[in-house]
Amino acid sequence: MSQTIKFFLNGQKQLASVRPDMTVLDWLRSAPRLTGTKEGCAEGDCGACSVLIGDPAGDSVRYHAANSCILAMGQLDGRAIVTVEGLKTEILHPVQAAMAENGSSQCGFCTPGIVISLAGLAASTAHPGDHEIHDALAGNLCRCTGYRPIVEAARKVAGAGGAPIPSLEVTAFAEMEPQKAVSADGSTFHQPQTLADLLQLRKDRPDALLLGGGTDLGVALADYHTDWDEVISLAHVREMRAIGETDNYLSFGAAVTWEEVLARVAGSYPSFATLIRRFGSTQIRSMGTIGGNIGTASPIGDGPPALIALGADVELASLNGRRFMALEDFFLDYRKTELRADEVIASVSIPKPKPGQDFRVYKISKRYDQDISTVCAAFSVTREDGQVRSARIAFGGMAATPRRAVAAEQALVGTQFDAKAVEACAAAITATFKPLDDWRGSADYRLQVAANLVERFWRDVSGETVEVMAL
Amino acid sequence: MTDNTPHTVQRSIVGKGIAHDSAARHVAGEANYIDDMPELPGTLHAAFVLSPVAHGRLKSIDPAQALAMEGVAGVWWARDVPGHNEVGPILHGETLFAEDIVDHEGRVIAVVAARDFETAYRAAKKVKVDIEPLEPVLDIEEAHRRRSYVLPPQEVIDGDAATAIAGAPHVFSGTLHMGGQDHFYLETQIAYAIPGENGEMLVHSSTQHPTEVQHHVALILGLHANAVECQVRRMGGGFGGKESQATIIAGAAALVAAKTGKPCKLRLKRRDDMAGTGKRHDYVANWKVGVDSRGRIRGLDVEYLARAGNLPDLTGPVITRTLTHTDNAYHIPHARFIGHACKTNTVSNTAFRGFGGPQGILTIENIIDTIARELQLDPNNVRAINYYGDETGAVTPYGQPVEDNRLIEVTEAVLASADWRQRRAEIDAHNAVNPVIRRGLAMMPVKFGISFNLTSLNQAGALVHVYLDGSIFLNHGGTEMGQGLFVKVAQVVAEVFQVELDMVRISSTATGKVPNTSATAASTGSDLNGMAAFKAATAIKARMTAVAAEHFGVQEGTIVYREGRVHADNESISFGELAKMAWLKRVQLSEAGHYATPKIHWDGKAMKGRPFFYFTYGAAVTEVAVDTLTGETRCLRADILQDVGSPLNPAIDLGQIEGAFVQGMGWLTCEELWWDKTGRLRTVGPSTYKIPGSRDVPPEFNVRILDNAPNREETVFRSKAIGEPPLMLGVSVWLAIRDAIASLAQGAVAPRLDAPATPENVLRAVNALKQRMKKDADDSR
Repeated sequence: MSQTIKFFLNGQKQLASVRPDMTVLDWLRSAPRLTGTKEGCAEGDCGACSVLIGDPAGDSVRYHAANSCILAMGQLDGRAIVTVEGLKTEILHPVQAAMAENGSSQCGFCTPGIVISLAGLAASTAHPGDHEIHDALAGNLCRCTGYRPIVEAARKVAGAGGAPIPSLEVTAFAEMEPQKAVSADGSTFHQPQTLADLLQLRKDRPDALLLGGGTDLGVALADYHTDWDEVISLAHVREMRAIGETDNYLSFGAAVTWEEVLARVAGSYPSFATLIRRFGSTQIRSMGTIGGNIGTASPIGDGPPALIALGADVELASLNGRRFMALEDFFLDYRKTELRADEVIASVSIPKPKPGQDFRVYKISKRYDQDISTVCAAFSVTREDGQVRSARIAFGGMAATPRRAVAAEQALVGTQFDAKAVEACAAAITATFKPLDDWRGSADYRLQVAANLVERFWRDVSGETVEVMAL
Repeated sequence: MTDNTPHTVQRSIVGKGIAHDSAARHVAGEANYIDDMPELPGTLHAAFVLSPVAHGRLKSIDPAQALAMEGVAGVWWARDVPGHNEVGPILHGETLFAEDIVDHEGRVIAVVAARDFETAYRAAKKVKVDIEPLEPVLDIEEAHRRRSYVLPPQEVIDGDAATAIAGAPHVFSGTLHMGGQDHFYLETQIAYAIPGENGEMLVHSSTQHPTEVQHHVALILGLHANAVECQVRRMGGGFGGKESQATIIAGAAALVAAKTGKPCKLRLKRRDDMAGTGKRHDYVANWKVGVDSRGRIRGLDVEYLARAGNLPDLTGPVITRTLTHTDNAYHIPHARFIGHACKTNTVSNTAFRGFGGPQGILTIENIIDTIARELQLDPNNVRAINYYGDETGAVTPYGQPVEDNRLIEVTEAVLASADWRQRRAEIDAHNAVNPVIRRGLAMMPVKFGISFNLTSLNQAGALVHVYLDGSIFLNHGGTEMGQGLFVKVAQVVAEVFQVELDMVRISSTATGKVPNTSATAASTGSDLNGMAAFKAATAIKARMTAVAAEHFGVQEGTIVYREGRVHADNESISFGELAKMAWLKRVQLSEAGHYATPKIHWDGKAMKGRPFFYFTYGAAVTEVAVDTLTGETRCLRADILQDVGSPLNPAIDLGQIEGAFVQGMGWLTCEELWWDKTGRLRTVGPSTYKIPGSRDVPPEFNVRILDNAPNREETVFRSKAIGEPPLMLGVSVWLAIRDAIASLAQGAVAPRLDAPATPENVLRAVNALKQRMKKDADDSR
């Protein structure tokens, strides 16, 4: 088994014989002493540690920003990484130049991470608008500037038509296939390429950690809470990277990232796309996967309420075969799921929109971007001639698991979806849930907002502007 | 006096919007912070053992499991301190390591050092601390009920407030809860201590107060101050959080270095930083005001309860600034302001940009807004008739005359540029037809006093050398935390010598070069250090001018410095040639400048005097939208006008204004500190503690610096301070949210809104307003 992780670092082939569960940030700052990448929080939230990760995509290399503080070295194998030092050639990268000229830095500590995020945007989008600029910056905190000069610099680069990442030929990846496994100092990182290989590994090593994007598991790693002695990465399993479509369904392999889901659902479910844009940050969405978000079974994950209201199914696979179930049945209790020790989540299927269907999902949090929901509410109502035929309503943040509100659904079915029905639905929500008090909100607040969101949904589908961010 | 008077010097570099000196290195990742410095061989990494409980008796510390780990160098605590276990910035008895009692969750108990950071951090979790739990006091009002304080109360009294209020036509009262704020500098606290020979210790510290680090490290190690040097190149943000708190980190790193003889770096993980170091004080203000029917204040009584936390730290002067800013822009004929420093089992609060001023200004703006709404008057009119001025009065409750009043000027200008009248009408029209999403608009002024309240702190030193090639070395007592102080002071020196800015080398702040400095704080960095550097440079220049006059055979008064050359009539030599010439004549080309702010005095017992050299003025008009179903808010537009005197560097100042406003907005909207019932702070990282992001900045954000407004006092080039004042303009966001909520009652009822205006607090205020309307309707039925 290989003891060496192989990747491109700022365009050069790099070998690293370190534990694959060492964080990329710790490695960058120690061995090659690339200290431009900073630790600001070690939980993937401030963006000071941002780097660009490159993968071959057709005839070019596609880069996305990622949080190196919660990224394990094993996850770099077979890929390319670009740090802030790699953006400067003989001259500053256009993003660096625009920021230096524009008063975009004060203390400078967040600056390299912001440069990375904006360089990622400049490489992927020729003429981004303000919304795309804010999306690119949502994972980067600056405490000094108030952001205005940073956004100005991004607009300048956008006006010039973007800028490439200093070149790495895609052909170089030919000798950079992800290795089947890397192991050093007692940490083993498996990278199965097929579902069959994965299922065999899963059976043989039921205690190994299943790693999607690592945006949840990586936080414990960054805090030195855990060691990963054995990891099975899902990132290269072909079947789990697939996106499919039938007449009635969109299906996503479990290792499809949220950025990829976003691109695919934007047309069918714009409200879901809006939610996904608030899902962590560009960095987090580029790492985190739809399967990981379900598998981690957080009561405040934002994917499940939307997916449950949409009527999504999960596919679970093992060497014994496959089984399908409605997503709401997958969650048993706090962080407990139907997943057996030999199983993996293989895919998620989302029904396509039906005539007469209105779908909306609302996330309430202290900050609009890059925050965790206090309450996340998803509504899907299908009407025929004004009458509600079916309704699915699901919440996050209201119980130990993402939960459907069946009584609230029943309060709508058969009605004309009028003010009286809204009131009955809200009352049913109040009666259904007993949420917790915590730093994101009190139980009383959660209950009231969850109920009030029925009115928002009602106003929304009748064409009112219902969110302050839409103004 | 001519050449020594800053504002008479012809300006070619001062006043220009020059970029931050480190900008090109910031963007390239080439600006080094302490954690980026190459580590010396043998460097140890340290981590703190922090108290897991809010209050308890520390019975024993068992380091055995930690010491058994490979690579662990040792564990040290209070008993190991060779000198004094002291970090109090003002008072004695504030310990670095807990002794018998742990008095907040996150209290430093011990320090562990190991060969690498990860080992140290893990070993710290293996140190067993046996703590017998004691009942904690977590609530400010509970502490006040128990008379649990860290300091005696402070009181500003002017006239007879009780009588004035009792005799007033209208009396209003209320309670305002104001949340605290974590600094959330992006670079967490860090120090790197390097032991030298003969007991010497060099400490690289991310601190706003190198002298305090130097003195405390000496105290802790039992050394004279002359054995310790503290150096600071730059901080990754400070905001007050690295004023007194940095000594905790530097002290522990130096202790390990002294004990082991090896260099030691101590960098806090974000969660340890947030749990273990102080924040902005949260306050409760109980107030009562008497007014006439026009809303003119007759008398005001405010009782502040400030959360000091477990120790005094800087709470005393923080409260002083609250009491001296409760007037804000308003003349209050009869005043009684009292501040209690409540002792709680939470981390000791500390300096934070504004230093108590924001809480005072939020309180009075809340009062003014309440008066206007309850009397159904225009809030802007109520403000205007209470402004300091000829008709009202021009002396503050603490006795300082307001001599440089620009209140009318800034408010009228900002109301005009923000298009107040038309937008007020548009917003009212919007609210008339939109039941759920309401808009709000508010204007507010800020008057902020510049100088440390404690007169003795208002001094600074600078060291300037001119080398024989004409290059200049600059050092001063101020520290660079991103605010652009270094470039501003360099501009001052370049201006004096009329050389290119890049001829002035900016250097790390170092206690061995400039001693006995004050913290870079209270917005005074450029006022104090700029003037000290000006004096040093001017003294050298005077000596060089004598040499030039002799060389050219002319009067000194005819010598002109311009564009790197020294001119006499038609002849000239380069600045470097003059330097060489001066050296050959054995003329001193180095000078230590010292500056002490004139005119100021303060009687801390009577709470009277002239604590501030001058005031700065600013005003903001801000528009928000509020979702009355969820309490979510958004700031849509802000227009700001800020007085900076004659700015040293308007580009840097613009950045300070924008950044401060957004930080103030964060304090009052999304940033919420949350302790659980056991006293554990649960908001200890950016996933739980939310500072503003780029999308939270108002999409229309118009910031202007007041034109043609030189300081009437003799500050450096007639500039004014900028660091803190615009933070308080963030209060306008909170006022606009109140306005939006009040629209539900057609503006006739004052909402009761706590700060921060989180969605939850906004919805609570909406609910309370609706209940009061219903009650009023029921009562009148």
